[in-house]
Amino acid sequence: MNPRLHTRRDAFRIAGFSAAGLALAACGVQGQKAAPPKADAVQDFWSKQTKHGKVVFANWPEYMPEDQAPLKAFQQATGISYEYKEVIQENAEFFGKADPVLRAGQSLGYDIVVMTNGIQLQHMIELGYCVPLDHSKLPNFAANAGQKYKERSYDPGNKYTIPYTSGVTGIAYNTKYVKEDITSIQALFDPKYKGRVGMMADAQEIGNFGMFALGIDPEKSTEADWRKAGDKLKEQRDAGIVRKYYDQSYIDAVSKGDVWLTMAWSGDVFQRQLAGEPVKFVVPDEGGTIWTDNMLIPKGAANPVDALMLMDYLYQPAVAAELDEFIQYVTPVPAVQDLLREKAATAKGEDKKALEDMVNSPPMFPTEADYAKLRGYTPLTNQTQQVFNPIFQSITQA
Amino acid sequence: MRRLTPYLLALPSWMWLAIFLVVPMVAMASVSLQTGNAIDGFAMTFSFSNYSDALGRYSTQLVRSLFYGGMATVAMLVIGYPVAYWIAFKGGRRKSMYLFLILLPFFVSFVLRTISWNFLLADNGILFGTLKGWGLLPDDFHVLATTVAVVGGLTYNFLPFMILPIYVSLERVDPRVVEAAQDLYATRVGAFRRVVLPLSLPGVFAGVLMTFVPATADPINAAILGGTANTMIGNIIQTEYLTNLNYPTASALSFTLMAVLLVGIFIYARALGTENVLEAAAR
Repeated sequence: MNPRLHTRRDAFRIAGFSAAGLALAACGVQGQKAAPPKADAVQDFWSKQTKHGKVVFANWPEYMPEDQAPLKAFQQATGISYEYKEVIQENAEFFGKADPVLRAGQSLGYDIVVMTNGIQLQHMIELGYCVPLDHSKLPNFAANAGQKYKERSYDPGNKYTIPYTSGVTGIAYNTKYVKEDITSIQALFDPKYKGRVGMMADAQEIGNFGMFALGIDPEKSTEADWRKAGDKLKEQRDAGIVRKYYDQSYIDAVSKGDVWLTMAWSGDVFQRQLAGEPVKFVVPDEGGTIWTDNMLIPKGAANPVDALMLMDYLYQPAVAAELDEFIQYVTPVPAVQDLLREKAATAKGEDKKALEDMVNSPPMFPTEADYAKLRGYTPLTNQTQQVFNPIFQSITQA
Repeated sequence: MRRLTPYLLALPSWMWLAIFLVVPMVAMASVSLQTGNAIDGFAMTFSFSNYSDALGRYSTQLVRSLFYGGMATVAMLVIGYPVAYWIAFKGGRRKSMYLFLILLPFFVSFVLRTISWNFLLADNGILFGTLKGWGLLPDDFHVLATTVAVVGGLTYNFLPFMILPIYVSLERVDPRVVEAAQDLYATRVGAFRRVVLPLSLPGVFAGVLMTFVPATADPINAAILGGTANTMIGNIIQTEYLTNLNYPTASALSFTLMAVLLVGIFIYARALGTENVLEAAAR
């Protein structure tokens, strides 16, 4: 070996190692816990903003009629042009991607994003990633939102978010294969359906169902309850009852018959029913989960005024009705039920039946009795989620 | 000045490597030794226990990934070598068309290709539905959500990276060498075993390298095609990073995976002979 080469290589090596050592010690990840904004700072921010005639809306798939009619009407009414992007598939993944961008003080390029109440939304608020809303610019929300949607524990006073829609997690089953009426959550644990049951991979979703099966209220649950639920779900897995822990793909699996019954989100199932597929949705007697997808303005958004106008526009009852007729989740605007009832009265044939079904569907318009069966996710803090998540992930990702 | 020219010419690629490889690696190494959480921030504590904790919790998934990656690589070799051989020696004038056909599906995105398997292999889909209709398969037969589906998906998704390098090395084999072997009374099998195969080993080496590493680390196939006991280490890293925001554990697992793969490759290179490896690298 060439001795000169050797020493040069060694020199590089030493230089490299010491540089790496310095760099190792130097780069940490900064925390950014934000103090709540002062009221006058919020007013100050909004008084400086102007309408730009443009808004970028980032949402989940299948959350807007295909012709985007409500958005087009908005453009016509206000002269604000819109871009609609279906870029959010999962809260965790979306937050994981957004966090470094927002942490660096850059803009996501979206003016409105939609996130489910849960640990990621909580992080968004705690880290100061949401622009506080100016409620003087949200008259429709004040007038038309249901009382339940103005009192939400995860964002008191709707400081940062207003609901886009709510939904229910229950059980969907394929009527071609399941010949009985499913009413109980125990069906998901029934050995009769071995290998034909789908469960959700999300820790909070599956955790709730484990707790419902044991008669535990997830909103008031403790660590001991989580462990009991974990044991129950582990038993279910070890008995070979679960085929797979699904993300959004569960809906294809149950419509094709790969699984016969599965945990499911209400609106997905209704959309498939409308497409003629043999699936049925039920909220189990033991309880179902109610969640809310919320609109918020991320920090650094280019067009906050336009965003606020669009958010408020969606709270006009007629607009909310048009939207809900397509997405079939729980609308935060109670007046929609009457509007759809009126529409059903004048409609004919198949449309009439579909509309009547919607109006009378408990998972779309829950009554007080239905709401009594529904529970939210287990409230978690940054600390408790480090206990909660592994309990259920060790089951879904064994 | 002239002495410096080669270095200056190499500068852009060195910069590229420094910015997009060295810096991220150092950052990741740093994060893997930190403690804290995403809200309050992480601080360097040189906690090497991140590694032992992560390994303790996820050794099953790590071993499983190596096993799946290995099985898929063997399957790719068994399928890929004959294909490459046939194209190189029997392809005639249509060689480039055959190569193009192998690459054609890869114009579609990786994820979409994998999802389409979900439809092809559905329990009552076009394939199994029909076979079950004819009574050739029992009603509860299924491939999705099993190990077979995951390894099959990996095999399918990385196959061209096995075929192409082998093809290149076989393509270079001078047919006259084979003729010479036969002139010297080698049987056809003997000529293949003692002449063609050794000459194609660098291609095999490159192929194995290019498929085993990504197949072992892949999270997509396990997520889309797997069932309750097919989680691979890639899925765990993804969950730790995106869902749990546990950057140190995710980084520690990534480094562990990288180290295991490097050691594996090193042993493999030793076994196959360093000369072949250098040759493969030189080509």
